Amino acid sequence: MSNYAPPTSAMGSVLRLFSIPALAKLGIGPLIAAVVLAIIVIATLLSPWLAPFDPLDMNPMNRLKGPSDVHMLGTDPFGRDIYSRVLIGGRVSLMIGIGAAVVSVLIGLFIGLIAGFFRLADTIIMRIMDSLMAIPSILLAIALVALNGPSITSVIMAITIPEIPRVVRLVRSVVLTAREEPYVEAAIALGSSMPKILFQHLMPNTMAPLIVQGTYILASAILTEAILSFLGAGVSTEIPTWGNIMAEGRQYFRIKPELILWPGLMLSLCILAINLLGDTARDMLDPRLKKRGE
Amino acid sequence: MLGYIIRRVLAIFPVMLIVAIFVFLLLRLTPGDPAAIIAGDMATPEQLERIREAMGLNQPIHTQFITWMGRLLQGDLGTSLISGTPVLTMMGQRIFPTINIALLTIVIAVAIAVPMGVLAAWRHRTWVDYAVMSFSVLGFSVPVFVIGYLFILVFSINLGWLPVQGYASPVEDGFGTFLYRAILPALTLATIYIALIARMTRASMLEVLGEDYIRTARAKGVKESRVLFRHALRNAAVPILTVIGTGFALLISGVVVTESVFNIPGVGRLTVDAILARDYPVIQAMILLTSATYVMVNLIIDISYTIFDPRIRY
Repeated sequence: MSNYAPPTSAMGSVLRLFSIPALAKLGIGPLIAAVVLAIIVIATLLSPWLAPFDPLDMNPMNRLKGPSDVHMLGTDPFGRDIYSRVLIGGRVSLMIGIGAAVVSVLIGLFIGLIAGFFRLADTIIMRIMDSLMAIPSILLAIALVALNGPSITSVIMAITIPEIPRVVRLVRSVVLTAREEPYVEAAIALGSSMPKILFQHLMPNTMAPLIVQGTYILASAILTEAILSFLGAGVSTEIPTWGNIMAEGRQYFRIKPELILWPGLMLSLCILAINLLGDTARDMLDPRLKKRGE
Repeated sequence: MLGYIIRRVLAIFPVMLIVAIFVFLLLRLTPGDPAAIIAGDMATPEQLERIREAMGLNQPIHTQFITWMGRLLQGDLGTSLISGTPVLTMMGQRIFPTINIALLTIVIAVAIAVPMGVLAAWRHRTWVDYAVMSFSVLGFSVPVFVIGYLFILVFSINLGWLPVQGYASPVEDGFGTFLYRAILPALTLATIYIALIARMTRASMLEVLGEDYIRTARAKGVKESRVLFRHALRNAAVPILTVIGTGFALLISGVVVTESVFNIPGVGRLTVDAILARDYPVIQAMILLTSATYVMVNLIIDISYTIFDPRIRY
């Protein structure tokens, strides 16, 4: 191996941090977060089988009932089972969150690599990104959903676009430093193709910070979905999501606060767990930040 | 320094121009007929034509842009498709509740968060520190409206201390009445802001507390409170100010949600009503105005660095 070996093992060193001995050192907090998140994810994934009732099944005779043997968390104003709705609703909320996080990281990664490597593109791209960041993300998302209709795809897109500049900034800053490394110079001197330099030599450097950023984006995407639905700018109300269930619960808050509290609790637990895991990943992947006191 | 301020002020123009182009293209580049999107599914051909006429959608795109930009520069943000009132007039009627609540929020947030962060850094790695950090993570994780409804449930419905919803003007109804009605919405909005500022204050203070001049100050017997708030906090102020500025975006989205929860007749409510009615010019104007406010707030903060930290010279 020469001194100019590119860090192709970057991904490997990331994975090593998640080995059992490394995880054992972390203590109880991240473990609880991981278990809570795993339970929520598995429960919502299996919700079609776990939910005792059809979440859309109305039963006017059973409106706004309290918790009972049949309906664990009671029923909503249309007599639908709240427990089933919260479970199934979580599936759509998580799906939208994961979709938005993955898409924004992929697009942001690509634009960031270009911006970091090509000086001319950098000026133009970063001007556009700075402007995009000046637009409050919720308002931008609202406008996008208002224009493109309340489908799941359009909500994912609406959450994705405001997140992209944050990814671009991060990737660009990593690429700007990595670009000056001798192995990149060597790769250019050897006549490696541009895609090879970008994706094989530069991209692995961005993985560690992107994992951390990705978890924060996931948390914020799930939160944004709930806020959009709550404001009436989310997926259409026939599809139960945590946000939609809470939006419907607003009118009945005085007599049935559970309609907001249960999905709100699930949502908060989920985001809390993701945030804690994100903090843990950051501390593990970037010890420098930890020393500075988070 | 004057050169820096002029350069910094000039830098906002390209940003705002791109924001304006973006807002303009948002409607025009949408797949499908923008008029049909605004009018909804039930629109008659006459209604569609009226909307196209009103928004100038019949003209070629560059003509539309020039007309639109020209009006924008004259302060014309368009008229509401529903009421026919100029958007700026509508905003003017609704802006004061929003500004008042936002100011109260910032005051509450800074008053609570900065001491919290200082305390956490001072008592680093003790239960105080962990409590502050836990609160901070929690504040980021619970959605604004869930916090709002929890407050309503506890303080208004169960304890009966405060009203559930509504707003009173500090000028017409008196400051006491205003506070009585605005304290819950402001606290709701402040939660995430407190989380953000406390976290940044702690990080920034931790860095400063390790400096030599802090040890010197303590060694010469300066009172601990003076060391913390005068020697350390002043030097830790720049990152805290930055986060107050970038967190301003959070405040704006929070305002939209909080105003609907507490039924406050501000610009946030106006926006939500506009979404439900597909009143696109209002949404568009709201994006432009909030982006401009965000840019201005951050401009002021950037310039104020030079006052808070005289070491910064450009």
